[in-house]
Amino acid sequence: MIAPGIPRAAPGPPGPAAMAFTFAAFCYMLALLLTAALIFFAIWHIIAFDELKTDYKNPIDQCNTLNPTVEKVKKIKRVKIALKLVLPEYLIHAFFCVMFLCAAEWLTLGLNMPLLAYHIWRYMSRPVMSGPGLYDPTTIMNADILAYCQKEGWCKLAFYLLSFFYYLYGMIYVLVSS
Amino acid sequence: NFEIATSLKFIGRSFGQVLHTFFLIVGNLCFPVVLWSSEFLLCVGLRTIRYLLKRCLQCFLGERCSLITSSTIVRCRSCRTYINPFVSFIDQRRWKCNLCYRVNDVPEEFMYNPLTRSYGEPHKRPEVQNSTVEFIASSDYMLRPPQPAVYLFVLDVSHNAVEAGYLTIVCQSLLENLDKLPGDSRTRIGFITFDSTVQFYNLQEGLSQPQMLIVSDIDDIFLPTPDSLLVNLHESKELIKDLLNALPNMFTNTRETHSALGPALQAAFKLMSPTGGRISVFQTQLPSLGAGLLHSREDPNQRSSTKVVQHLGPATDFYKKLALDCSGQQTAVDLFLLSSQYSDLASLACMSKYSAGCIYYYPSFHRSHNPAQAEKLQKDLKRYLTRKIGFEAVMRIRCTKGLSIHTFHGNFFVRSTDLLSLANVNPDAGFAVQMSIEESLTDTSLVCFQTALLYTSSKGERRIRVHTLCLPVVSSLADVYAGADVQAVVCLLANMAVDRSVSSSLSDARDALVNAVVDSLAAYMSTASNLQQSMLIAPNSLKLFPLYILALLKQKAFRTGTSTRLDDRVYAMCQMKSQPLVHLMKMIHPNLYRIDKLIDESTIHVNDRVVPQPPLQKLSAEKLTREGAFLMDCGSIFYIWIGKNCSNNFIKDVLGYPNYASVPQKMTQLPEVDALSSERTRSFISWLRDSRPLSPVLQVIKDENPAKTDFFQHLIEDRTEAAFSYYEFLLNIQQQICK
Repeated sequence: MIAPGIPRAAPGPPGPAAMAFTFAAFCYMLALLLTAALIFFAIWHIIAFDELKTDYKNPIDQCNTLNPTVEKVKKIKRVKIALKLVLPEYLIHAFFCVMFLCAAEWLTLGLNMPLLAYHIWRYMSRPVMSGPGLYDPTTIMNADILAYCQKEGWCKLAFYLLSFFYYLYGMIYVLVSS
Repeated sequence: NFEIATSLKFIGRSFGQVLHTFFLIVGNLCFPVVLWSSEFLLCVGLRTIRYLLKRCLQCFLGERCSLITSSTIVRCRSCRTYINPFVSFIDQRRWKCNLCYRVNDVPEEFMYNPLTRSYGEPHKRPEVQNSTVEFIASSDYMLRPPQPAVYLFVLDVSHNAVEAGYLTIVCQSLLENLDKLPGDSRTRIGFITFDSTVQFYNLQEGLSQPQMLIVSDIDDIFLPTPDSLLVNLHESKELIKDLLNALPNMFTNTRETHSALGPALQAAFKLMSPTGGRISVFQTQLPSLGAGLLHSREDPNQRSSTKVVQHLGPATDFYKKLALDCSGQQTAVDLFLLSSQYSDLASLACMSKYSAGCIYYYPSFHRSHNPAQAEKLQKDLKRYLTRKIGFEAVMRIRCTKGLSIHTFHGNFFVRSTDLLSLANVNPDAGFAVQMSIEESLTDTSLVCFQTALLYTSSKGERRIRVHTLCLPVVSSLADVYAGADVQAVVCLLANMAVDRSVSSSLSDARDALVNAVVDSLAAYMSTASNLQQSMLIAPNSLKLFPLYILALLKQKAFRTGTSTRLDDRVYAMCQMKSQPLVHLMKMIHPNLYRIDKLIDESTIHVNDRVVPQPPLQKLSAEKLTREGAFLMDCGSIFYIWIGKNCSNNFIKDVLGYPNYASVPQKMTQLPEVDALSSERTRSFISWLRDSRPLSPVLQVIKDENPAKTDFFQHLIEDRTEAAFSYYEFLLNIQQQICK
C-alpha cells in the first residue's frame, strides 16, 4: 500500500530574489565586524598619543600600555600578557587577508596588500626590545616620532573607515548577486 | 639634510652677561637653538661673584646668581613662567608675561623691595633685575621631603678586574675623599661587589668589622638584609674605612672569570629605590652571566671598514629599561668602563644615558702597564667624588608662543614635551635643545626662553634655578649670518650626527654634515653677494666652519677607513652628546702650541705667576719640525711631542733627561727642574689645567713611539689614506656648491 506522500518542496535553485549565503558573504560579514574592532583600536591609538602630547600620561606607562608585556612571576614562567594594542591589530588584519585569499576575492585582497606590507615593515624596523612591541619610551617623546605616530593613527582610522563601508557594499553585492 | 645653524650673541641686561644661542634657518624663518651647560645650571646658592668666576670659568654663561629667599614666587597664571627681566610692567600693578603675553597681577608682597626697602617699584626687585636667579622652593614643589645624599658603589671583582688593579685606586680615592663627599649629616653610603655572585656588605654601626653577605641566586636576586646595607656615612665611618682598606686584598686570589653585572644592578636598584641617589658602577669586561648578558658583537676585521659601521645601537633593552626604572626612583647610574677588550659600550651606555648619569671610559686600563690611564682614573675620581651634585631634579624649558621644542640632546629622560627628568645634576654635563617655529614671528621683535631647574641640593634644600634668555628676531639672512657662533653650530651638528648615525647609518650622518656646510655657504653666496660662483665665500663668522666640520669627520666618532675600535667610537659619540661646549670643541679641534721656545714668547701675569702665551698653530704636520717640541691640548689629555733633533737644552731643562734617547716611552710628569724654561713650561701647563674643571693627564711622546698615532690623528688638516686634507675638502665643497 502506497501511503499518500506529502508533497515536499524540492530544494531547487533559489529564486532570483533570494540571498545566497556563500563563503565570500560570510567573509565580508566577519570583516565588517572586525573592522569595527580595528576602528576602535585606531581611535585608541590616537587618544594614547594625544595623551602623551598633552602631558596627561608618562611615556613609560603609555608604552607599557601600548606594547605587550611578558612577565615571569617568580619561578613560575607564566606569560602574562597585558593590554595589547599593536599585535591584535596586525593579527586581525592578517586574518582578513587570509580569509579573502580563501574566498578568492582578489580585488579586496589587492586593496589590503599595501597595508599588510606596511605592517610587516613597521614590525621589522622597530627599536631593539626584549618583548614584542613597537614603541620605545625614550624616543617616543621626540617630536618627529610623535608626529609620525599621530599621522599614522589618523591615516589608519581613515583607511579602516573606508574599508568598513567597502566591506558593507561588498557584502551586500555578494549576497544579492548570488 | 641638516638645516643651517647659526647663532647670535646677545648681551643681556645684567652687566657682563653674554649668552649664546643660535638660529636654525630654513628659508626665511629662524629656528632658535640653545646650548646650555649644566655647569651654569648648578652654581648652588651663591652670592659672591668671585666664587662663581672660579667655578664657571669655562662656562660661556659665566654670571652671578642671586638667591631669592622670599616666600612668594611670582609666576604667570597660564603658562607658569617665572617672572624675569624681560617682562613688561603695565602700570605698577600688573605685568605682562613675555612668553604667552598674558597680563597678570603683581602680588602685594612683591611690591615691597627688601633690598632697597622701598615700596612700589617691583621692577627693581632682584628677580626682575637678574636673568639668573635661584629660589628656595616651598613644599608645593616637593613630592616628598628632600632626600639625603645616597651613594652606592658597585664594583667588579672578577679575575679580570683584579688583574687590572683598579680596585686599589678606587678604594684609595674614596678613603681620601670620604669627608669631601657632598652631603650633610644624613649622607648614606653602601658597597656591592660582584663576580659570578653578588656580595653585599653589612656596615651596621656597632659591628666590630664589616660583614660580607653573598647572594648566589642571581636569577632572582634579593637583598639579604632589609637595612644596614646603605648606612649613614658619619655613624659607620670606621667600618667603612676598614672595608675600603680590606677590599683590594680580599679578592687577590679569585678565580672567578664571569661577571654578573645585570643581577648586581638589579640588586642596586632594589637597594636605592626607597630613597634615590647615585649608583657608580665599575666594570672591566663584558657581562657574561645572568640577566643583561652581552655577546661580543665587534668584528675586528670591520674596524677600518668604509662602508657600514654596525652595532652602534644597543643589543638588548635590559639596560635601558633598568635606566628608566632608576630614573623613576630618582637614581642615576654612572658607568666607569675599565676594560681592555670589547665590552659592548653601546648597550652598557644606555644605563647612564637615560638615568642622567655619566660615562667614563678607560680603554686598555691596567694599573702598572698603563700608568697614564691609571693617573686619569685617579684624577677623574677625585673630581667625580667631590664635585657638586643635585638630586631628584626636573628641568622645564619654556619658550615664547610660536616656538616649540623639538628634540633634546644629553643624558636624561624626556618625561613630556618640555620636561626633562634628571635623577642627578652635576656641573660637568651639557645639554642641547632643538626648537622649531610653529607660527610666524613677523610681528614679534623678541623671543624668550626660560629654563627652570628644580632640584634638591646635597644639603637637602629644595631649590629652583631659573635662567631666562631673550633674543631679537631678525628678518634678513645677512643679519643672521653676521651673528653666527660657529662653535655652537658645530657642537649641535655633532649631536644631530650622532643621532643620525644610530638611527640610520654613519655614512648618512657624514653626508649630512658635509651638506650642512654646502647648504649654508651656498645660501650665503646666493643671498649676500653677487660675485660669480667660482670662489668659495664664507661670512666672517663662519670662516672656520669647514675646518671644524672636517675635524668632526675625522673624529673617532665619525671617521671611516681608519681602524677604530667600536667601543672607542661609541664612547666618542656619547661624549658628543653629553659634554659642555668648551670641552667638546677641544675634543674636536685641539689646540697646538710650540713649547720649546717658550722663553721668547710674550707672557701674561696671572696670580703673580708668569704664563707664556705661545701662538696657536694649525693642526698640520707641516707645522711640526724635528727641532721642536709641541704641546697639543685635547681637553682631557695633553700630548707633548718631541722631535728627533730637539735641542738637548730643552730635553735637559724641561724633561730632566740628558738627551733624546734617554727619555722613557711612558712619561707622564714634568719634573721640577730649576731652569727658566722648565718653570715657564710648567706654569703654562698648569695655567691650561686650571682653566677647566676636569684635570687632564699629560703624555710625552717621542717621535718613534708607537703611541704617536694618537698625536698624529689629531692633525686634521693633513691628508690621510682615507680622508681629505683641508684644502681638498674646501675644493670639494666648492664643487658641490657650484654644481
